[in-house]
Amino acid sequence: MSHRSEPVTDSELHAYVDGQLDLPRRVEVEAYLAEHPEAQERVDEYQMLNQALHRLYDPALKKPIPSALVRAASPRRWSGMAVRAAVAAGWMLFGGVIGGLLMYETGVEERASLVAAHLVRPAAFAHTVYVPEILHPVEVPGDQEAHLVKWLSKRLHTQLQAPNLSGLGYELVGGRLLPSSDRMAAQFMYQDNEGSRVTLYIRRGAWENTETAFRYAREGNVGVFYWIDGPMGYALVGQLEKSRLLRLAELVVR
Amino acid sequence: MSTFNALVVEQIPRLRRYARALTGDRERADDLVQDCLERACSRGHMWQRGTDIRAWLFTVMHNIHANQARRYNNGPDFIPLEDHGSASAVSMNHGSGLELRDLQTAIAALPAEQREVLLLVCVEEMKYEEVADLLEVPAGTVMSRLHRARERLRVLIQGTGRPGLRRVK
Repeated sequence: MSHRSEPVTDSELHAYVDGQLDLPRRVEVEAYLAEHPEAQERVDEYQMLNQALHRLYDPALKKPIPSALVRAASPRRWSGMAVRAAVAAGWMLFGGVIGGLLMYETGVEERASLVAAHLVRPAAFAHTVYVPEILHPVEVPGDQEAHLVKWLSKRLHTQLQAPNLSGLGYELVGGRLLPSSDRMAAQFMYQDNEGSRVTLYIRRGAWENTETAFRYAREGNVGVFYWIDGPMGYALVGQLEKSRLLRLAELVVR
Repeated sequence: MSTFNALVVEQIPRLRRYARALTGDRERADDLVQDCLERACSRGHMWQRGTDIRAWLFTVMHNIHANQARRYNNGPDFIPLEDHGSASAVSMNHGSGLELRDLQTAIAALPAEQREVLLLVCVEEMKYEEVADLLEVPAGTVMSRLHRARERLRVLIQGTGRPGLRRVK
């Protein structure tokens, strides 16, 4: 290397190992290392150390999460006593754990596939069936919202609401009752002033008592944010950027 | 479940990894994580939407851990290896590469402040500035702690013998 740049400092060797140098400087440090075997050796050893640390500690990422921890991070629905009782009950390896987070555990995997089969896929399919409809996108139009909500609530045996998404420019087109895989489902459809449509799919499922966070899945060309709240599963489906769909999902749960 | 809680739950595995590494003890680690989650959820309003929730949670956990360590300042997380500060005192298994158990022992022997920095940088892969913010120390302090921790652990690698050493580019 004929080009001489700033001398390489100790700190920069660390930053090089940790991937915290900008590209031009990285190139210069590499040139320096090529000419300084003892520095190169040190860098190699630091890198081996990083890898060893990951081998040592990464397995903790895949351990089943004790349900007490999930509960500690959940909205305050549990009394302190219940939480302590749960802690005392010790590790619950396969139960009461959040879906997808723990895909490695079979019990959870089964639950996740249950949610995929009975919530995510039917929701995505119903979306692709009705969203392109020009004449009959919905069964009951949005101007009869009160009637629509009352009817669907009655059929699903739960008090539903058509969430207000106008904050993000989406107005209620209407909704319909649907046969789902093994039960009934409700679908609400929304549209913004550019004609982009999203659907909210709601149904009951055998996933009772699991609490899940928002999860995201892609089904074909649509994205789905879904979550479980008690016995009810919710899936918000749309053909838009993930971040925008997430913002809509946040509005739904509000 | 609200978005906030959902975001917190997503971080549990990483919080557990860090707590495990920090305390070296499974049960203490989960107690620490639990304290952290409870405090975080009761102070959710203090997290600013749109900012990095992981950094915020790690700060919460760091503060709890630091307080606990102060309270039981006679009971450090690890049984320190008196004056075996240098990892060279740890027996080495030649030929079969770095023994993770030896590494764990050597990490236990590090001063707590060096251990924190080492873990946040090497395992959690945080930027130096993030670590400085989290620990509320100057960036230069982060660098010097990192340097000292690495130099002490490097001895372990050097003990593993040349044949196993590959250049990683």
